[in-house]
Amino acid sequence: MKYREGEPIRDTKAPEGPIEERWEKRKFAARLVNPANKRKLSVIVVGTGLAGGSAAATLGELGYQVTSFCYQDSPRRAHSIAAQGGINAAKNYRGDGDSIYRLFYDTVKGGDFRARESNVYRLAQVSVNIIDQAVAQGVPFAREYGGLLDTRSFGGAQVSRTFYARGQTGQQLLLGAYQALERQIAAGTVTMHARHEMLELIVSDGRARGVVVRDMVTGEIESHLADAVVLATGGYGNVFFLSTNAKGCNTTAIWRAHRKGALFANPCYTQIHPTCIPVSGEYQSKLTLMSESLRNDGRVWVPLRKGDTRPPAAIPDDERDYYLERIYPAFGNLVPRDIASRAAKNVCDEGRGVGPGGLGVYLDFADAITRLGREAVEEKYGNLFEMYERITGEDPYAQPMRIYPAVHYTMGGLWVDYDLQSTVPGLFVVGEANFSDHGANRLGASALMQGLADGYFVLPATIGDYLADARDFGPVNEVSVAEAEIAVRDRIHRLLSVDGDRTADSYHRELGKLMWDYCGMERTEASLTKALERIPELREEFWRKVKVSGTNEELNQALERAGRVADFFDLAELMCLDALHRTESCGGHFRAESQDADGEALRDDEHFAYVAAWEHAPEGPVLHREDLAYEYVTMSQRSYK
Amino acid sequence: MNLTLKIWRQHSPDEPGQMVKYHVKDVSPDMSFLEMLDVLNEGLILAGDDPVAFDHDCREGICGMCGMVINGVAHGEQKATTTCQLHMRHFKDGDVVTIEPWRAAPFPVIKDLVVDRSAFDRIIQAGGFVSVPAGAAPDAHAVPVPKGDADDAFDAATCIGCGACVAACPNGSASLFTGAKITHLGSLPQGRPERASRAKTMVEQMDLEGFGGCTNTGECTAVCPKGISLDVIARMNADFLKASR
Ligand SMILES: Cc1cc2nc3c(=O)[nH]c(=O)nc-3n(C[C@H](O)[C@H](O)[C@H](O)COP(=O)(O)OP(=O)(O)OC[C@H]3O[C@@H](n4cnc5c(N)ncnc54)[C@H](O)[C@@H]3O)c2cc1C
Ligand code: FES
Repeated sequence: MKYREGEPIRDTKAPEGPIEERWEKRKFAARLVNPANKRKLSVIVVGTGLAGGSAAATLGELGYQVTSFCYQDSPRRAHSIAAQGGINAAKNYRGDGDSIYRLFYDTVKGGDFRARESNVYRLAQVSVNIIDQAVAQGVPFAREYGGLLDTRSFGGAQVSRTFYARGQTGQQLLLGAYQALERQIAAGTVTMHARHEMLELIVSDGRARGVVVRDMVTGEIESHLADAVVLATGGYGNVFFLSTNAKGCNTTAIWRAHRKGALFANPCYTQIHPTCIPVSGEYQSKLTLMSESLRNDGRVWVPLRKGDTRPPAAIPDDERDYYLERIYPAFGNLVPRDIASRAAKNVCDEGRGVGPGGLGVYLDFADAITRLGREAVEEKYGNLFEMYERITGEDPYAQPMRIYPAVHYTMGGLWVDYDLQSTVPGLFVVGEANFSDHGANRLGASALMQGLADGYFVLPATIGDYLADARDFGPVNEVSVAEAEIAVRDRIHRLLSVDGDRTADSYHRELGKLMWDYCGMERTEASLTKALERIPELREEFWRKVKVSGTNEELNQALERAGRVADFFDLAELMCLDALHRTESCGGHFRAESQDADGEALRDDEHFAYVAAWEHAPEGPVLHREDLAYEYVTMSQRSYK
Repeated sequence: MNLTLKIWRQHSPDEPGQMVKYHVKDVSPDMSFLEMLDVLNEGLILAGDDPVAFDHDCREGICGMCGMVINGVAHGEQKATTTCQLHMRHFKDGDVVTIEPWRAAPFPVIKDLVVDRSAFDRIIQAGGFVSVPAGAAPDAHAVPVPKGDADDAFDAATCIGCGACVAACPNGSASLFTGAKITHLGSLPQGRPERASRAKTMVEQMDLEGFGGCTNTGECTAVCPKGISLDVIARMNADFLKASR
């Protein structure tokens, strides 16, 4: 796949000046819409996770007419619900030296100097308001006996700034946003369409003006129009088939927007989470995360000796290798995810992995149980332990957990400016679907923070500046609506008429395996070149041989899946191209050719301190670079030793 | 192991449904129940048949999307477990397994095992929230919450809205679901100003949707994947009575 260089791109919305004042300045400069006019302005929000749910609720509260969509049967089920560990905020309630500046610093460093300083600073500022908002909504965060909020530590940080609700922080935060959303639905400001999947973006006279959706119960293809469109459709980790994402997570919404002109930034930045339950068989349909919070008290180890098949209890302490504590004494078991994942891969590659196929390492709670008592461990992690036991049939109180890295999060996404607006005017992107704040690696507990920052505080403040001109937008061009609808119908018709002999799932599995092997934890020029050969071949076969049963005019889950897989093929290709062009290693992107003497990721700031924003063009992708400048945090090689 | 499945097939809301028999071979004990159905469906698709429609998403027991009545029990016999977290190691070779959708008038069948649970969303709309617009919140430490209250609120807040409680209840009551939200918010100082009105409007909506009354049979809590206790119903009744006086 060939690409060409295009013009550089720049964020024009972040104000100049001291970093602490930029967000205030931007909010002040953003034009306001008066309440009477807001009622006449309409916004479509696709997605009801933390980002979309909070955005739709807040826009509704402000008085806009909001239409909201999700593919599940209720907005409460967006995959944000599955987040276990917690949410960061620079509250410094512990007085342990935390501050907005430190959260900003940790996030820029954790992201391996590939995120924008202005955005990250704002995120750290807004983080404190999120906790206030959530508590006021009745989110039952963990508390101490004195009635104050409890916190814990997460990877990549030496302070305790992670707020949590047992192992169900995402669920509780999402229910807070969902309830706020339902309140607006009752108030008539938000119209909700559950079981509707967005399949196309409507761009009229250069502006995003609507979406084409499929009613997943009746198959009806509907167009919805508005003055602005917000995508909050989550991450695309399911391109790997096996990931910690929900089965329905997809790239379709952002991919369709990309095809309509939105640049796609850093598609290759993928986060592989170090603590997931290992794969148990061929039929496996998804992977389950064991929260990173477990690394607070669990110790990671493998046998010192290769091929040691003794049960864990029979291996004495001096024959175990607590490799994270050994290699990274400063952070120990709490090194950032990319580092912990690669370390696990390395010890397994050395033949010291445990469990079936040697693809696993131990996460051991024996010391914690001795130190804190079983009850305290149960209080903190009970539901995670139960989940582990349910899936594996093993009791983690009695023997160490087996864990292995799995695809978890995608830092890449649609390119947005400081206002969260994409390169298509009127198309805003929030949450995991955008690329904005995490650089090449996201720190634990920072995605919930970003989703809610975007939805409750940032987007509601910036979208008004765009909508202030809405009177001049004019009517939506009917041809653009008709074209978008025809594109959707054509694609559905094509999928249904192939009538081949392989299911969409089987192609998805094969694509996922290919991505894991060639564009996974470790990438090389050879592997990526190979992937770029194989993906088009497999896609061609897919369009020739896929079998989708049934019709469009019914609830048809085979059809839904096939449509998503088709878009994953195209995205996969762009991911590999992006990974191939970035010959440095950074964060979650590890190019084997670029490592230091200790095997750590080696950045190449001279050539790669930029965001790679890809444009879709018929003759092949066009690369636009956004240069990254660091005024506050000095670029340095990350060290967690 | 090999299993015989008897599955409720219903093409659309208006068509009659029936139980249909299928055989699945070589089921691994490490598979989840839904993975077993995936295997069945892959076969059906290739044969040009309609795969069995069922709701699911997270497959880790938290989104509340999955749910079927397995051998007469909502989410199957394994305690405190959603269908997606049920594993085949709890079945044995030669078993006959019946699989049906949630059955309750307010949850009409859409297709096969998929039902419409939007009534639950409308119950939340009726008052399952704290009225606090974004940006209006005081500092989170302004009001300390006694740990006991926070824990009670949390226990009730773990409800995933799957609807198993309704499916299990002989009266088709949604009291466990509604009581859980009333208890969650009512236990916290932040939720207290609206405590009475919330109980009243939510219970009224529950009745309006056609859910039955609670006669304390306890079937709901027995199948609840999150083990929500019957106490939440007592609390709902108390709050409702107080609000109606
Ligand atoms: C298992 C797990 C654990 C995690 N734990 C943590 C944690 O402890 N801390 C942390 O900070 N982060 C965590 N994360 C990351 C974090 O949860 C997510 O990044 C974040 O919740 C994403 O929120 P979102 O609103 O962007 O998207 P989502 O919550 O995924 O919501 C996407 C929404 O878009 C809708 N949608 C998608 N596609 C379409 C379409 N085509 N048409 C219509 N609607 C569509 C969906 O219906 C859904 O409503 C975790 C992630 C996972 C998977
Ligand atoms: S699929 Fe989410 S709870 Fe079962």
